[in-house]
Amino acid sequence: MRDWRFTLAEQRATWLALGVFLAMFVLYVANHPAGFTPNVVQTAANKGVLLALVAMAQTFVVVTAGIDLSVGMVFILANCLASHLVVGSAATGMAGMLVVLGAGTLCGVLNGAIVIFGRLQPIVTTIATGAVFFGIALWLRPFPGSAPEFSAELADALTGKVLGVVPASLVVLAAVVLLVWVPFRRSVLGRAAYAAGSSEMAAYMSGMPIRRAKLLAYALSGLLAAMGGVFLTFFTYSGEASLANGNTYTLYSIAAVVLGGVSLFGGRGSAVGAIFGALAFRAIGDLMFVFDVDPLWQPLFQGLVLVLAVSVGAARLFQVRNKLELFG
Amino acid sequence: MTDSAIKSPERAGWRQRIDLPVVTAFGCIVLLLLLGSLYSPNFVSPTYLIQQLKVGAFLGVIATGMMLVILLGQIDLSLPWTVTAGAMMASALTAYGPLGEALAIPFGVLCGIAIGLVNGIGVAYLRIPSMIVTLAVNAVVQGLMVAYTGGFAPVDSASAAMRFLGAGSSFGLPHAVIAWAVVGIGAIFLLGRTTFGRAVYAIGNKEAAAYLSGIPTRLVVLAAFALCSGIAAFGGVLLAGYGGKAAQSMGDAYLLPAIAAVVLGGTSILGGRGSYLGTVAGVILITLLQSILSVMQIAEFGRQIIYGAIIIGMMLLYGRGSAARG
Amino acid sequence: MPNAADRPARGAISRKTSMNDQHPLFRMEGISKRYGGVRALERADLTVEAGRVHAILGENGAGKSTLIKVMAGVVAPDEGRMLLDGREVKFADPAAANAAGIACIFQELSLIPDLTVADNILAAEPPTRFGMIDRKAQRRLAEQALARAGAEDIHPLMPVKELPLSRRQLVEIAKALVRDPRLLILDEATSALTAGDVAKVFAVLRRLKAEGIALLYISHRMQEIAELADDCTVFRNGRKIATYRAGSKTDDEVVEMMIGREYRHVFPPKPATPPADAVPVLEARHLSWAPRLNDVSFSVRAGEVVGLGGLDGQGQRELLLALFGVLRGTRGEVLVDGKPARITAPQAAKAPAIGMALIPEDRKTEGLMLPMSVRDNLSLSALSMVSNLGIIDQAAERRAVDEMIKLLAIRTAGTRVPAGSLSGGNQQKLVIAKWLMREPRIILLNDPTRGIDVGTKQEIYQLLRRLADSGAAIVLYSTDYDELIGCCDKVLVLYDGTVSRVLEGPEITERALVGSALNLAEADTGQRAVEAT
Repeated sequence: MRDWRFTLAEQRATWLALGVFLAMFVLYVANHPAGFTPNVVQTAANKGVLLALVAMAQTFVVVTAGIDLSVGMVFILANCLASHLVVGSAATGMAGMLVVLGAGTLCGVLNGAIVIFGRLQPIVTTIATGAVFFGIALWLRPFPGSAPEFSAELADALTGKVLGVVPASLVVLAAVVLLVWVPFRRSVLGRAAYAAGSSEMAAYMSGMPIRRAKLLAYALSGLLAAMGGVFLTFFTYSGEASLANGNTYTLYSIAAVVLGGVSLFGGRGSAVGAIFGALAFRAIGDLMFVFDVDPLWQPLFQGLVLVLAVSVGAARLFQVRNKLELFG
Repeated sequence: MTDSAIKSPERAGWRQRIDLPVVTAFGCIVLLLLLGSLYSPNFVSPTYLIQQLKVGAFLGVIATGMMLVILLGQIDLSLPWTVTAGAMMASALTAYGPLGEALAIPFGVLCGIAIGLVNGIGVAYLRIPSMIVTLAVNAVVQGLMVAYTGGFAPVDSASAAMRFLGAGSSFGLPHAVIAWAVVGIGAIFLLGRTTFGRAVYAIGNKEAAAYLSGIPTRLVVLAAFALCSGIAAFGGVLLAGYGGKAAQSMGDAYLLPAIAAVVLGGTSILGGRGSYLGTVAGVILITLLQSILSVMQIAEFGRQIIYGAIIIGMMLLYGRGSAARG
Repeated sequence: MPNAADRPARGAISRKTSMNDQHPLFRMEGISKRYGGVRALERADLTVEAGRVHAILGENGAGKSTLIKVMAGVVAPDEGRMLLDGREVKFADPAAANAAGIACIFQELSLIPDLTVADNILAAEPPTRFGMIDRKAQRRLAEQALARAGAEDIHPLMPVKELPLSRRQLVEIAKALVRDPRLLILDEATSALTAGDVAKVFAVLRRLKAEGIALLYISHRMQEIAELADDCTVFRNGRKIATYRAGSKTDDEVVEMMIGREYRHVFPPKPATPPADAVPVLEARHLSWAPRLNDVSFSVRAGEVVGLGGLDGQGQRELLLALFGVLRGTRGEVLVDGKPARITAPQAAKAPAIGMALIPEDRKTEGLMLPMSVRDNLSLSALSMVSNLGIIDQAAERRAVDEMIKLLAIRTAGTRVPAGSLSGGNQQKLVIAKWLMREPRIILLNDPTRGIDVGTKQEIYQLLRRLADSGAAIVLYSTDYDELIGCCDKVLVLYDGTVSRVLEGPEITERALVGSALNLAEADTGQRAVEAT
């Protein structure tokens, strides 16, 4: 039965990312003073889920052979917006959360519309829209702060533990994968998005709905980045329009995506891989903490990992034999 | 073969020389000045205008390098930390006695060139998209600088030469503006009168055709990135001179305005088209915009939104790609 | 739209009825299409019957590809009408043609490399369940289509990019079949296939024929046409010349129909005796570049014009690129002036030691930067000659540019205007002028007069002769037989990446060119046709 061999090969990169992450996590837990306890896992999970959500957001756009440099800013914007809207009881808090998610989706749609209908390059478009999103975030929260009636119970519930053991954040992550990623992947539009990234010309000639697919991809990117921002609000109970934080998340989302086996040229890879890539990338910092390495070296390490990862991804270009094909 | 077919070749072309985006940019500058003068008559006073030029000089230097890379059809997202690294490294060397102080500025620029070479190798030889390479390099340089300074604000102060260039002035004319003028004239010369400049435009237009014409495309791209980062580092050096010392993340605030200035000046984001005069106009425009916004007391958030909106607007007007390219 | 899984089984009554009707399945009447000043199709007629294979023959530029594009809904005709089952139809886009039952397999494959075979076959209308793609049903349909295409051994879950080109062609066929077409058009569909695959495809096509599908088959492989076709139509210069039952005409008669021009160019006289030099300026020995070039050897002497002939896509472009240093991984040797030359990039090729120039195929994307000025374009390859230490001497540049414009009589409103404002012919002259500025010794030209007006063509012919007379070695690839006959001292006809025949001097005739382009055996010279691989 050769079927399983094909599915395995297709998800090879994802499995690799999982393997790398597991190795790092085991190393981390083994050397952590507190060991493999639910609290240790929860802290690690909470930190990792934030980046995982933003990395998932980035994946949607990257598979269409685009890039979203505004994900970090949508993340921040959602954080600030949520710090105003997620207030009151659990019910009103949920309603507020939905509004924030809707806003994030709108941000994504804006990006998509400009790229698709304005026919502008994703790079510069998302740099510019990122500035706009950040500006709005800064308007919402010129100084870090929180709403007085913040829905603390809701926040704690979603960042605590389920059944006393499993981190709720992981459950939410799993739910997002099952309810957003998997349906997208298996849908006609999702496949068209991959096709657009693999060969837009062939996809067009095959009559696939490319424009709708790309718009959906950008919209979902905004949705997931906003989800990350909401989660950040749950952790910190507040909103802060931090430019540095936003830029960091954007950069790390790209690192996570590359580590997770998603090709920056489009058409290949899975958000699940990006999740593991995000967790692995985060784990670098955790590992350094556990091994008592000066945290000052962390940004450098993470930067070097990113450089290495993208260079490896470019290795296949050496196989091109007609040099004219290297050019646009 | 009649001679009428070939009109005096040079003269007939002046109508093509009028660059619409540049004219528009200068027009907007005049408009802004008028608007500003309505708000307050000080706005068009010579002292204020010179002050604006001085503030804009730093952005002007940095944007010059960015223009080179954008003309190629690429982008340099490592600008923020290249600027910072140039400032920090130059200041660092200053602390090493008189020899260090003398070599501070060249050293800062050299660091920038080194960063640019890494970018260039990634883009030209490894064929990695420039936004990815430069984004990654930015992270690495940040890591290096953070590790070097221990995360604190750098203590080294700028050398006397740096302060002379960045903060000094003679006969009312700030040296920073002169420095910008020198860099600018160099850029105009490079782009307009050298084989390198011609090659840059050609590659930005159609790299395949440039390659088939026998241009050493990889070397040109490498050199352009090296130059861009070197100039950016020089901008950092000037900034450190102006402020007396370097500061963490001092370059972050310059990335978006640099791109905006280049694009506003009519340089196509896809490469191959653009004149330095336009970039000058773009820099002045952004600087004026910034100052009007602060005079009107529009907070930072408004500036960010306006930047972003303007870039998108300008690109929709001038920088549309074809459906195939997008 | 009915789900693919709901379509009626093949061979259903609805389709076979067309065979008994008085109407043929598809008919084209008086179709004309022009592109700019060129008439691609002129009052073309075509009748295609269900259950028969109809072959289309014609040389390059005869109008075959335009014909298919009109039928497949890619372009709309300027005049004329199309009738399907006797009823007039108009196609707004390829989807409309597909819906009407016309499927086309183009030469450029429309497969998405990173997707699986099944995903590609069911790309446009996959079976869905609850809004998501029903993978099981899709796989079943894909397997059925693959079986119908004779490609049962291709696993539906394999990513297309891992398939060799020949297998991809079969997937392409399966993809066309899954939409249950009534008329299937194959445009050079077997060009990438191995002999075994071709046999398989033919078996499939015969089966489809028996099911009542009409097949339109465009190919230049006469042996295949002889084997497969029922009816043949020859096109020439956009017009239908004749339709006949396959086998009712000899190869010679067919070739005769394909040739024949209304006008003749006037060519400058060639030197009476070919130049005799001891050492050829350019020599290629066993040049190969898998899979497009296979063991090509030839030499060019100073003052000689060597032509490359053959139909499109037989390796001519690759040969020129290989000589110019653009291809990586070439095997064999290239010698300049008798000494081995390692040319690794165009920059090396144009160096004075070698002195090569290439006028590329597409002047708009490979030869010129259209938004840049005439001056900038002209001097681009010769900047080192008008500059000192990298600084351009503007006066020298101006002089050189003016001189070239005068020399080639380029009509332009000044040197500062963008190159894109020139007419096609002048653009091409600009490309040539750009290279002539370097005074190259070896000039490679890739179909330089394609799409250019008659007057400019003449000028270029004169120019080529002058260059040859002054000692340049010229390699000219042309798809115009007139040119090859009129300009060249020697012609190499390429077929499938190898030299099928070398024609010298008086041997260069239309018949010989067309015949060897189609790889027909030459009885008189005893040369054997190239073996099919």
